[in-house]
Amino acid sequence: MNSSGWLQLAVFIGALALVTKPIGLYLVQVLDAKGRTWLDPVLQPLERLTYRIMGVDAAKEHDWRRYTLAMLLFSLASCVSTYAILRLQHLLPLNPQGLGPLSPDLAFNTAVSFTTNTNWQSYSGESTMSYLSQMVALTLHNFVSASVGIGIAAALVRAVSRHSAKTIGNFWVDLVRTTYFLLLPLCLVFAVVLVSQGMIQNFKPYTKARLVEPIKVSVEKKNDKGEIVLGADSGPVMEEQIVVEQLIVQGPMASQVAIKMLGTNGGGYANANAAHPYENPTPLSNFLQMLSIFAIGSGLTYYLGRMTKNQAHGWSVWGAMMTLFLAGVLVCWWAEARGNPVHQSLGIAALDGNMEGKEVRFGIFKSALFATITTDASCGAVNAMHDSFTAIGGVVPLFNMELGEVVIGGVGAGLYGMLVFVVLAVFIAGLMVGRTPEYLGKKIHAYDVKMAMLSLLVLTLSILGFTAWAAVSPWGLAGLNNTGPHGLSEILYAYSSATANNGSAFAGLTANTPWYNTTLGLAMLTGRFLMIVPIMALAGSLVQKKISPPSAGTFPVSGGTFIILLIGTVLLIGALNFLPVLALGPIVEHFLTAQGHLF
Amino acid sequence: MDAFLTHLRAAVLGTLVLAVVTCGAYPLVVWGIAQAFFRDKADGSLILDKDGTVRGSRLIGQGFMGAIYFHPRPSAAGANGYDAANSGGSNLGPTSRKLADAIKDRVAAYRAENGLKETDTVPADAVTASGSGLDPHISPRNAELQAPRVAKARGLALEKVLAEIHAHTDPAGLGFLGEPGVNVLRLNLALDGR
Repeated sequence: MNSSGWLQLAVFIGALALVTKPIGLYLVQVLDAKGRTWLDPVLQPLERLTYRIMGVDAAKEHDWRRYTLAMLLFSLASCVSTYAILRLQHLLPLNPQGLGPLSPDLAFNTAVSFTTNTNWQSYSGESTMSYLSQMVALTLHNFVSASVGIGIAAALVRAVSRHSAKTIGNFWVDLVRTTYFLLLPLCLVFAVVLVSQGMIQNFKPYTKARLVEPIKVSVEKKNDKGEIVLGADSGPVMEEQIVVEQLIVQGPMASQVAIKMLGTNGGGYANANAAHPYENPTPLSNFLQMLSIFAIGSGLTYYLGRMTKNQAHGWSVWGAMMTLFLAGVLVCWWAEARGNPVHQSLGIAALDGNMEGKEVRFGIFKSALFATITTDASCGAVNAMHDSFTAIGGVVPLFNMELGEVVIGGVGAGLYGMLVFVVLAVFIAGLMVGRTPEYLGKKIHAYDVKMAMLSLLVLTLSILGFTAWAAVSPWGLAGLNNTGPHGLSEILYAYSSATANNGSAFAGLTANTPWYNTTLGLAMLTGRFLMIVPIMALAGSLVQKKISPPSAGTFPVSGGTFIILLIGTVLLIGALNFLPVLALGPIVEHFLTAQGHLF
Repeated sequence: MDAFLTHLRAAVLGTLVLAVVTCGAYPLVVWGIAQAFFRDKADGSLILDKDGTVRGSRLIGQGFMGAIYFHPRPSAAGANGYDAANSGGSNLGPTSRKLADAIKDRVAAYRAENGLKETDTVPADAVTASGSGLDPHISPRNAELQAPRVAKARGLALEKVLAEIHAHTDPAGLGFLGEPGVNVLRLNLALDGR
């Protein structure tokens, strides 16, 4: 843990704090149907045209049932269209590598994955997806799943800030305005900045480069028909071959990566995601990508404060998030900088830390920071392979996801997830002092707490249920890349990531099988929609309540006590649910590493 | 029922319109700006020979084994490593015997190649695979340890090789972001006089 790391951490937090207010203020305009922005002259005609084509009356607001119905139908329509493109990509244009169609289970998994803002990838991008699939089938969801999340968060905030009302906004207006006024302009600028750092943006076929030093390799011998020739011992016959060429991936990457980060999607263009030198060329591009993951989610906390006319509340929620963030970064950084004692006993310099799966240009600190940020948010892009982190270094991303990704969180999803914890925190505070709990002047009743708990328990059930099932099934064990406790961690990580709509992986797990594709797809749907529906019901209940003026007995939702109570609630629920299974996976692995026990 | 059909229609048409804007217009505008202002980078930072043959990319690592070349990090991309259409890491965990055995072999080979003692520690990046399998860089210490071998194999003065390492070290971003790294492909090409 060196001084350069501390400096980078301070600069990151400072930069995030600086962008929070401007983005929050801009969000206030974007999420108001009558809001004004300086892009109005360019974008308003496009906005009006879009409403006209869709047949939407922008002036009409919805109650929570209509809003939810519109959201579900839109998600369904866009999901089906992505499924169709992926199944038919061999017949569609912009496929210079001639890649074939995806299998039904992989297309289902991928369509669901991108619709739910998860971007779990059972496939390897460069060898599976045509340029059209990358650019249309996947990038569409990068935009709209982010807009949907922000819309849901805005609807919940409206429900909190309005009183004695019924409607919580118009889904179509939130969707279109967020996409056009917030995401498009930010992405346009960001994508060009990324190209300036070396990211590719072209439509050329993959480049063939003549290697500077041809390499000799041993490969399986094949006959004229392309079948593998078997020797006397029925193993394949090996022959030497000289490789003279390197095939280098190309394509429209920058436009996709900009929204992948800003929309906390995280689905990589290439298999190695943000570790790939094209997908994250320089330390500066790495810094900007990390900032862009948190930027909108952070701005939303300011939006919360502004809309509820209680800016201290917004900053207190932000403060609780940043405290949890710092704890995660420091643990992960410490563990990765300390390295692996087994490997150090073999001769690796102890000062270098754990470099397996990490890039030289990022080093230990930036890899640990990226891993924490990407799982605090529901991004899931990775600039290092989490599967090869030390046991404790790997607990941090895993536990972050299991907390529900409420530390800044996914765009929108982080805020509505955290507001559920806020409701629980004021409920617990109410129980402790024996008063009816209140949130910003609204009395919290049994129905509200039930809906809040429902949205959390669904996540736990999905993560632990599917993990337990896979861990005792042949199909679950067949995909493992590591054995021993690390194998359990790989399965647990997969269902935590899918349910939390994160998308990062302990990527050794071979998940492109019908069983994994289907169960992970179901986990993603559960984690997205079965969480949103109770939250929308909560919004429907909150918006109708009267606001009573604060009294001496009101529990304040800002300041140190509130922050501590909120952090405590998040940790309490996360720890009670997941410590037992973490003890069986990464925690026991930590002690085995210290003893030099290998599998 | 009316509400259902209105919303369904908006959902289908909304998907189409948003696809045209975010998946058609947006990437094309980025492409246009990128090609106009950063064509070399947008096309992959390719390194061309004098006769125009592509020899690689400044950003993408290549495998090297010969004594006259600096060696990159071990790579898990593709079956033979440094497969730039199959990026990826080993994904082996901290208690993996396979990983520990591989590191043991690589440490022994690295010490033998570069004339290090049994007690000398080896830079972590020299014996571990990167996340992408295409890491173009090695750490400065790794390069300096390889320098005497390369200098001897090429019959060059050590100072000249060290100067080339220095010239091909990408500094940390803005002086403090990330870590400095030596670009192996560019360094080897420079030593070859290309």
